[in-house]
Amino acid sequence: MIVSLIKKELLLEFRQKSTIGGVIVYVIGTIFVSALCFKGKLDKPTWNALFWVITLFTSVTISGKSFLKETGGQALFNFLHYSPTQFIVAKILYNMVFMLVLSFITFFFYAFFIKNEVENLGLFFIVLILASTGLAAILSLMSAIASKASGNFAIMSILSFPVLMPLILVVIRISKQAVDGIEWAAVGFSFIGILVALNVLTITLSFLLFPYLWRD
Amino acid sequence: MKHWYKILSVILILYTLVWGLLNPVPRLDILNETIRNVYYHVPIWFAMLFMMAVSLIQSIQTLTKNKLDNDKKAYNAALVGFFFSIPGLTTGSIWAKYTWGTWWTFQDPKLNGVAISILIYLAYFILRFSVDDELKRARISAVYNVFAFVMMNVFIMILPRLTDSLHPGNGGNPAFSKYDMDSNMRLVFYPAVIGWVFFSYWLFEIKNRISFIKNKLDD
Repeated sequence: MIVSLIKKELLLEFRQKSTIGGVIVYVIGTIFVSALCFKGKLDKPTWNALFWVITLFTSVTISGKSFLKETGGQALFNFLHYSPTQFIVAKILYNMVFMLVLSFITFFFYAFFIKNEVENLGLFFIVLILASTGLAAILSLMSAIASKASGNFAIMSILSFPVLMPLILVVIRISKQAVDGIEWAAVGFSFIGILVALNVLTITLSFLLFPYLWRD
Repeated sequence: MKHWYKILSVILILYTLVWGLLNPVPRLDILNETIRNVYYHVPIWFAMLFMMAVSLIQSIQTLTKNKLDNDKKAYNAALVGFFFSIPGLTTGSIWAKYTWGTWWTFQDPKLNGVAISILIYLAYFILRFSVDDELKRARISAVYNVFAFVMMNVFIMILPRLTDSLHPGNGGNPAFSKYDMDSNMRLVFYPAVIGWVFFSYWLFEIKNRISFIKNKLDD
């Protein structure tokens, strides 16, 4: 059931080429504007911060709409055919995959247009993976809440930015280590542990809380 | 005697206000007399966290029992807790000016945590205002409240323990950790915590009665 839901999401996404194309153009546009504004004069902490700010804003913009189309007749159909737990797990998994692809695309263009400052690429990719899954998980639930509450975009950012802060601060710190090229022995693995724990925590909470948002 | 905790809270707060300024305190570097702030600043944060916890419990009950009554209480508790963050911030800020030399700093994870939790509860209030239907509002805001409370606790409980904090008692700063707070200080500190927590509960009860009466008047 979960697989078929994910399939449906993918199908819808690719059938509507404007959304997936729009996302990529959005990312490239944002990076290009930043590149022109900074003109390559970035030191390492700024490089790191700018990358995560761009990722944060893209993910809020993208995930914000993941529940917005599930209103009216579509919502009724979902309600009759799926169980809420299956539905939220499918949504989170789909958003995770989408965010993973998107964050790697973002990193590619960021490295291309601005520059690649990362010295420990392996660590950076681990952070990138955990960060995008965490972002996707939190934003899925926030999007579900926002879609029930009038569903305008402002409420989505208001709700998500504060709850994303713990994740983003941990990510920035550990990613700074990756950018500085710290040896593996000196890496703060407790932070990676927190990232994993945040992922698990968010998914568990979404699993428990989403059924209450389900019936309308 | 169902009013015992109200009387107790007033007595305890008056006692800590007076004796907190009079009793002898240990002389520590930098802190000196400002260590007395621990009697006022810290208990107020305890009261705020207590109210947030009450709000969380009420929100969980809203979800399980599906009653509007609990939702009102959750909102009132969040409101009282939010109200307590203002004196909490003010006492902390004034204290920081004399010890750290600045009103606000981004170096300290606890300060960031507090700023984020205030933002979270502002978002909670805005979410409530944006939904008109009462039952729907109760459910949606309860879900957000539970999620936000967990995230806030990740922020203010776990993160400061992993990074250095400027706060006394963390990262080798002179402090009122268990080694520095002597028995004289404990005599004021613990009553202050109890007093402020009871006082916050009193405010919460008053808010509940006001919303109950308002509800009756509307009907």
